[in-house]
Amino acid sequence: MTDMSALQSRMDTNASGEDFSASVMSIEIGPAHPAMHGIVRLTTQLDGELIVGMEPEIGYLHRGFEKESENSKWIQVIPYTDRLNYVSPLLCNIGYSMAVEKLYGIEAPRRAEFTRVIMGEISRITDHLTCLGAAAMEVGAFTFFLWFIKAREYLWELVEEMTGARLTTNWTRFGGNSMDLPEGFLSDLADRISKLEEIMEECDKLLTRNKIFIDRVKDVGGISKEDALSFGFTGPMLRACGIPYDVRRADSYSVYDELDFEIPVGSTGDCFDRFLVRMEEIRQSASIIKQAADKMPEGPFMTDERMLQYPDKKDVYGNIEGLIDHFKLVMEGHQPPAGEIYMPTEGGNGEIGFYLVSDGSGDPVRVRMRPPCFNYVEAMPLMTVGHYVADIVPIFGSINMIGGELDR
Amino acid sequence: MEIILDIIMIPAVLACIKIAVIILLFAMPLGTVLTLMERKWSSMIQDRVGPNRANIGAFTGHGALHLAADGLKSIFKEDTIPKGANGFLYLIAPFFGLIAAVATFAIIPIAGPIGDFTFQVTDINPGLLFIFAITSLNVYGAVLAGTSSNSKFALLGGTRASAQMISYEVFMGLALMGIFMVYGSTRVSSIVDGQNEYWFGNLIPMWGIFTQPLGFILFFTALVAETKRAPFDAPEGESEIVAGYFLEYSGMRWSAFMLAEYVSLVGVAALMTTLFFGGYHVPWLHLWESAPQWLVTVLQIIKFSFVTLIFCWFQIQLRWTVPKFRFDQTMGLGWKKLLPLSLVNIIVTAFVILTLA
Repeated sequence: MTDMSALQSRMDTNASGEDFSASVMSIEIGPAHPAMHGIVRLTTQLDGELIVGMEPEIGYLHRGFEKESENSKWIQVIPYTDRLNYVSPLLCNIGYSMAVEKLYGIEAPRRAEFTRVIMGEISRITDHLTCLGAAAMEVGAFTFFLWFIKAREYLWELVEEMTGARLTTNWTRFGGNSMDLPEGFLSDLADRISKLEEIMEECDKLLTRNKIFIDRVKDVGGISKEDALSFGFTGPMLRACGIPYDVRRADSYSVYDELDFEIPVGSTGDCFDRFLVRMEEIRQSASIIKQAADKMPEGPFMTDERMLQYPDKKDVYGNIEGLIDHFKLVMEGHQPPAGEIYMPTEGGNGEIGFYLVSDGSGDPVRVRMRPPCFNYVEAMPLMTVGHYVADIVPIFGSINMIGGELDR
Repeated sequence: MEIILDIIMIPAVLACIKIAVIILLFAMPLGTVLTLMERKWSSMIQDRVGPNRANIGAFTGHGALHLAADGLKSIFKEDTIPKGANGFLYLIAPFFGLIAAVATFAIIPIAGPIGDFTFQVTDINPGLLFIFAITSLNVYGAVLAGTSSNSKFALLGGTRASAQMISYEVFMGLALMGIFMVYGSTRVSSIVDGQNEYWFGNLIPMWGIFTQPLGFILFFTALVAETKRAPFDAPEGESEIVAGYFLEYSGMRWSAFMLAEYVSLVGVAALMTTLFFGGYHVPWLHLWESAPQWLVTVLQIIKFSFVTLIFCWFQIQLRWTVPKFRFDQTMGLGWKKLLPLSLVNIIVTAFVILTLA
């Protein structure tokens, strides 16, 4: 109940003893509103321009991801995970596949892991670029947004080169990836990363020290460490409060322990800190990508274990084991051992966790995804009450709500 | 033939003709072209192509046809009135802004007089005070649109607009006090002629920007805030209150708001040229004594239009470069920074004038 009392005390300080009940205006922001990217409704109580109450309502983009997953084979869930976070689909692909691999108790080959790190970091950058660009656009820096979208376009061309699609990637498999690095990918990658760094520098000059921008985002939407923890914040939102929690380091999954990177932290947890943390994370991710590209090992990109990989066509038609494997994989699906696991990975916006329950059959019993922005939207009242109505825009922009993963 | 000339020279008829020429051939076309210019220029800033699709056959005119397309679209769009709106006020509100924007041009001379004939609709004595009076009309457009739309977003926008515009009118007047003191008149023609004097022989023209540098910055800021363009577009607040006071409008009435914005953009530019950049006077042209009258007039119109266009460009560039202020920051900037600065400007100007005299 600490959060509610904090909220209450904040409302009281703003009320400063006056009775607002007569002058409060209730206004519906969303579900169709330019600042509510994704679809969400904020029922807001205003006293003049001051926000005195807010209640977020979610669920407008509910597609039944979890229920659909229960009616699919394990492998058929991967395309659904593309649609969870539509600004960094690969991170959800990777998160889900790693969760199933954990259920199997196997690991993907090293080359696959390094490729996943590269693609994952590219997605993290596209996630941050979209979030920062959109947030800046809504305080009026439209040019910044389009420059960032240009940078994102460079990266999405890489994603397209790798997976054949920009959004519906469907790229990972259990025990590896569906494809190896395409020819010339690493040189393209270096080229695009240098272009990205140029744009970052340009945008840094344009916005980071702009007085109007700093006035708009500094001391706006701040949240204390304790509140952030009690709401279950993760990712850049938590790091902006000064807590260096990053699943890549804390849990050290994949090959992140072999790569050198820093975890940027903020101090006050306001919108400006979140902006700076995300800007720095883009640079760190670029450095991770370079390191991973340098260390890229030779070898297979997919495990050769039976009953994970579809057998080669020559085995299917050439020997009985191949034929039976193929038949069972198609008819019954992958069958991870019975059990339940939770696998956290660091998404662009915080901790993406998959909780899976298997009964040993080809159908998942439960696929539950922990979306990072769910907690942020829940904390919206705490972050906005006491600020002006115009502050909803940078605050909501900085939490980077993605309707796809919020409502699932 | 002579009868026609006589009729034309009747002051009232002449004024009407001038109004038609200046508004229909200068202000409106420039305002309309600026909508395209703004879209093209912003797309250049942002590495985009900008409008280029509207075409007649193979002719696209680099997006010029979008002007016609947009106009046609607005005309044929349904003119909606929201449920519960105050019909009459809702319908007339868009035109306050347009009238105020257009009226600015009444006192702006675009070239020097030839004999009795002036290139100015009217050279009234109150001059700039007329501008202040007219721009305060502008507030009604925003307020009426905001309150009559029966929409909470529009109401918020209308309140913001009224507070902002009324406040900035104060600084607008105060910032111009310096100009009145330096040139000793509120009459536009006197101010413009005053700027045709020179310092140090014929070296530096006594333009407003040199005599009143601080006044220039203050007045320009106040004018941009008065026209509600970025970075002072909190009343529109496109991201939080969607479009502010004109949220509910559609079709031609919405276009009237847009057109008013662009015409007043030209108005601001023309006013800045007139008051701070020597108006129509081409600097150092008086040194060429044998210049034919027609050439002088043409050069004056060219100079006036050129400086005006530069100011138009500057406002567009400003909009696409900087983020926008929050509403309370706009007000804070006005009352806490611009007001003291303009008072200081008045005192310093008075002191300098007294010492020199």
